[in-house]
Parts: sequence; C-alpha cells; structure tokens
Amino acid sequence: MAMTEQRVSYTLDSSLETIDNAEEKATRIATELGFGDDEVMQISMAVREGAVNAVLHGNAYAPDKKVTLAFERTGGDLVITIRDQGPGMDLSKIPNPLAPENLLKTSGRGIFLMRSFMDVVEIRPSQTGTELKLIKHVHGPSAGGKEASQ
Amino acid sequence: MTMKVSSRQVDGVTIVDCSGRITLGEGSVILRDTVRDILSKGNKKIVLNLQNVNYIDSSGIGELVSAFTTTKNQGGELKLLNLTKKVNDLLQITKLYTVFDVKDDEASAVKSFK
Repeated sequence: MAMTEQRVSYTLDSSLETIDNAEEKATRIATELGFGDDEVMQISMAVREGAVNAVLHGNAYAPDKKVTLAFERTGGDLVITIRDQGPGMDLSKIPNPLAPENLLKTSGRGIFLMRSFMDVVEIRPSQTGTELKLIKHVHGPSAGGKEASQ
Repeated sequence: MTMKVSSRQVDGVTIVDCSGRITLGEGSVILRDTVRDILSKGNKKIVLNLQNVNYIDSSGIGELVSAFTTTKNQGGELKLLNLTKKVNDLLQITKLYTVFDVKDDEASAVKSFK
C-alpha cells in the first residue's frame, strides 16, 4: 500500500500460508506508514493473531471459506479489518489468560496480545462470520504528516 | 526464517539451541517433537536457549508452556536461557515470566538444576 493510497484489501485462503502472508503485509504497510520498529512488530503480531483466529477458529481451514484482510488509513489511524466466514466467535467463552488458573493453558492468548498491542480492538461475531477491527493511532511525524481525505 | 534446533549435553543437562521463529505450524511442531524426543531418552533436565529466537506468537508461547508442563509432569525441569527483548517482553505481559525459570547465563543455568 503506497502512502498515497488510503485502503487496500485482500481475499485470502484459509491456510497457514495466509497467516504468514497477512503478517508480512502488515509489516510492510506499517513500515511504509512510518511506524517505529516496536510498533511495526506490535501491528504485525496483532494481525498474525487475528489471521490465526480467522483461519483456525473461524473458517477452520475450510477450503471454500475465505479470509478478507483490509488496511485503511483513516485520519490519524491505521485501521485493519479481518473477516472470516465461520460460525462466529462466542466472546463469553474466552477466558482471562492472566488468571492464575489459566496461566499454564497452551492457548487463549491471541486476543489478549492483540489488545495489548493495538489501541482499539473490536470483535463483531455474527452467524456469517466474525469481523475483527484493529486500530493503531499514528504517532510518528512521517506517518502522521498526511491526513486521509474524508 | 524457519525454526532450527540443535541439542547438546553439558554436565547432564540437555541444552537446546533454538533459532528462528516459534510460531503456529512448523516452528511449534519442531519444538514439541524435540522436547518429547529428549524426554523419551530419559533426559529430564532441559534448557531451551532462545538467544536466536527472534519471533514468537501465541501458538509458540503455548508450545513453551506445553514443553514446561510436559517436562514437569515427567519429573523433570525445563528452563529458559538468553531471552531476546521481544520474547522477554511477551513473557512479561502474559505473566509467564513468573512461571518459567529464566536464566541469562548458561553456566549458572546448568548449575541451577538439583
């Protein structure tokens, strides 16, 4: 995504390759937008975790289901949207990974990491899939110098 | 960069030198298989040297936890050595730093086993 473009989206298969692909795209776009190294790592990891959820828990690797990944520059924000076509996530069943009884569980940290790394994390489950929105505020002078047209 | 491991013995302790990424898929599987193989040979003192692990995701974190509990359940001990800043930060925010025995010096890591 060039700096002059405001939105780019991709339709991806429900595969392990998609997870690496999504992470690579996030790294490249966040770097182009001028985020610092730490923020680029945070954004790419949040996108990776979102892609993992979409491919594994949403679409369950189903070959006929797709993952949609979109990056959008909106004002001072980088807005990333990941949609799957799964049955919809039940947010009430996500345990707190920091609770003592959950510390030694081998899964359940993805959403927690996303919330740790991004400024806003919105999860909208529905019967036709889950939409995940990740927002990172642009702070750097290079990244923050251009405003998106509304 | 995919995950690579090599194991060596130091004073009865198995040190696993890891490099690359511990992520969902190949990286996690390699780590799991390596630890299981070490335990199956009766070696129950394990140090994972993560000095050259530059990336780890939630699945990789889960695999570290699994390696820790699997070793413990078999009467052994698994410790972490030489964490990079990224991995250190991840273990801090997930509160796993308090679970793992983390060392930054190989000699003291080896000596720390009972």
